[in-house]
Amino acid sequence: MSALFEVTNLKRSFGGLVVTNNVSLSMAPGDRVALIGPNGAGKTTFVNLVTGTLPPSSGEVRLGGETITRINAIGRVRRGLVRSFQVTRLFQDMTPAEHVGLAVLQRDGRAGRLFGNFLSMPDVMAEVSGLLEKLGLAELSHRKVSETAYGQQRLLEIALALALKPKVLLLDEPAAGVPQSDTGLIEQALDDLPKDLAVLMIEHDMDLVFRFAKRVIVLAGGSIIFDGLPADVTKDARVREAYLGSYANASHVA
Amino acid sequence: MTVAMNNETIINRPRSGALKWDLIGIIVIVVCAALGYVLFPDNLALLTRILAVALLVLSLDLVTGYCGVATLGHAALFGSGAYAAGILSAHFGINNPFLMTFGGIIAGAIAGLFCAVIMLRAHGLPQLVLSIALIYLFHEFANKASSWTGGSDGLAGIMPGPVFGLYEFDLFGHTAYFFGVALLLIVFVLLRILLRSPFGLLCRGIREDPLRIRAMGASPKTALVKMYVISGAVAGTGGALSAISTQVVALDALSFTQSAEALVMLVLGGTGSLFGAIAGTLIFMLFEDYVSAANPFHWLTMVGALLIAVVLFAPKGIYGTAVARFSRRGEGSQ
Ligand SMILES: Nc1ncnc2c1ncn2[C@@H]1O[C@H](COP(=O)(O)OP(=O)(O)O)[C@@H](O)[C@H]1O
Ligand SMILES: [Mg+2]
Repeated sequence: MSALFEVTNLKRSFGGLVVTNNVSLSMAPGDRVALIGPNGAGKTTFVNLVTGTLPPSSGEVRLGGETITRINAIGRVRRGLVRSFQVTRLFQDMTPAEHVGLAVLQRDGRAGRLFGNFLSMPDVMAEVSGLLEKLGLAELSHRKVSETAYGQQRLLEIALALALKPKVLLLDEPAAGVPQSDTGLIEQALDDLPKDLAVLMIEHDMDLVFRFAKRVIVLAGGSIIFDGLPADVTKDARVREAYLGSYANASHVA
Repeated sequence: MTVAMNNETIINRPRSGALKWDLIGIIVIVVCAALGYVLFPDNLALLTRILAVALLVLSLDLVTGYCGVATLGHAALFGSGAYAAGILSAHFGINNPFLMTFGGIIAGAIAGLFCAVIMLRAHGLPQLVLSIALIYLFHEFANKASSWTGGSDGLAGIMPGPVFGLYEFDLFGHTAYFFGVALLLIVFVLLRILLRSPFGLLCRGIREDPLRIRAMGASPKTALVKMYVISGAVAGTGGALSAISTQVVALDALSFTQSAEALVMLVLGGTGSLFGAIAGTLIFMLFEDYVSAANPFHWLTMVGALLIAVVLFAPKGIYGTAVARFSRRGEGSQ
């Protein structure tokens, strides 16, 4: 077994509260996995742990056969483990072109250059406009992010992640806060993700989950209570129980 | 959003004209320098001092305005440059003004590296306290090493030779003034290039959200250390100019007061813009000179009042607020 991305017995608690409890999973290139679970289940914490933003209490993370548990967040990104944020974290004063340009330059090890302007670097600009075009942001390339709609900012988050050419992409609620009319754009973007990229998406919109994922993992109270086919998830007794009394009832969406 | 759609043909181009603004900047500096020369021929020493401090404030703008690191110890970089240039001449007989300036640049850069390594270990308030501790250490070190620095008597015996072997540093300060204007112009152009480079873009990102930059695989700390070294080179240039033009270096060059005043000038003009830094220096130092001559007992009161007025009514600084007003009016009239 040669998993691309492998998490074993990951644990983390805040004070007495166990937020991630013995979580293990593995992913292969091209995987499309949805990670769902009620609010506060520990989904974002899981992403923080595996990306190195938060140190785990115990457990191991491996990427491409290498143990990266002791490598810092920057090193993990450089090895191809890239995330997006549940609440967009963009530079309000910068344009989408500058965001993606910076990411491309950074990936190529050119973000430290003290002269030249990426707007006049043909190779960088070709990639920038290609990516922005693909995500339908071409017209906004040179507008400040603060002047764009939230849905477009979500798309830019995805563009930014893709510009880093990841091997494993962790999307934390990519459609959160996007008006219903614009979720189609996000879905299109998800459809167009590189085929060999392993994607783990956290999402509450079950329609989106079922269209996107070939595999669903359910997290509740910090533990994985289901890991299997989308078709089976709503039939699972423990999943129903976890969602009971919560904001959504999984059985409605099957 | 509908607005964005209507304008898409206009918007779908980068904001160009960077070169135009470079040129305008150069012209403005040259015109102001010429005006100063014509209007205050007897006060070139003050104008040259303004040029030297402007380099310090520009240097501070690089770390504070562009990278978001607040410091109250930035004169450590300026003073290191001043002492290096002065010591080269006074102790080693190296009197070529270009070599002295180069010595100032190197010393400033090294001081910048040193300060960065210590300060960047902390964030926020502790970082500010570290910067104050550093300036005290630098000051005390210069004070104690009096055989090299002249201690509290100041470093004398600085005798810069003629520029290009032709232009002596005369009593009226003509040569020093032109030398200073040339240095400021060169630094201005180089910083314009730096700020729109990939590295400049990276630093803008770091100021807004260092965590996001980490999530892109870049190290904010490495970039900040690099910016500190560059900033040190710029401040060192200013220090060298000060040593060359006044032919003495006093402990003040390395003081908390000088550091704090530089920050005040930067905030006065507006952070995050080269013109803001230059304008703030000019306004503060001319104001200080004028008011302290007119009313030596209350000039600090006046400076304080000016500062309060600016911070309350023009929080982006005088230059920054003027630009914001101007561009808003431009948009409104479209
Ligand atoms: N830094 C933190 N300190 C203390 N508790 C935290 C911290 N981060 C998250 N938590 C707690 O961990 C639990 C899981 O949070 P989170 O991972 O954000 O959930 P999800 O993304 O699934 O909605 C919540 O109860 C939250 O309050
Ligand atoms: Mg979350």
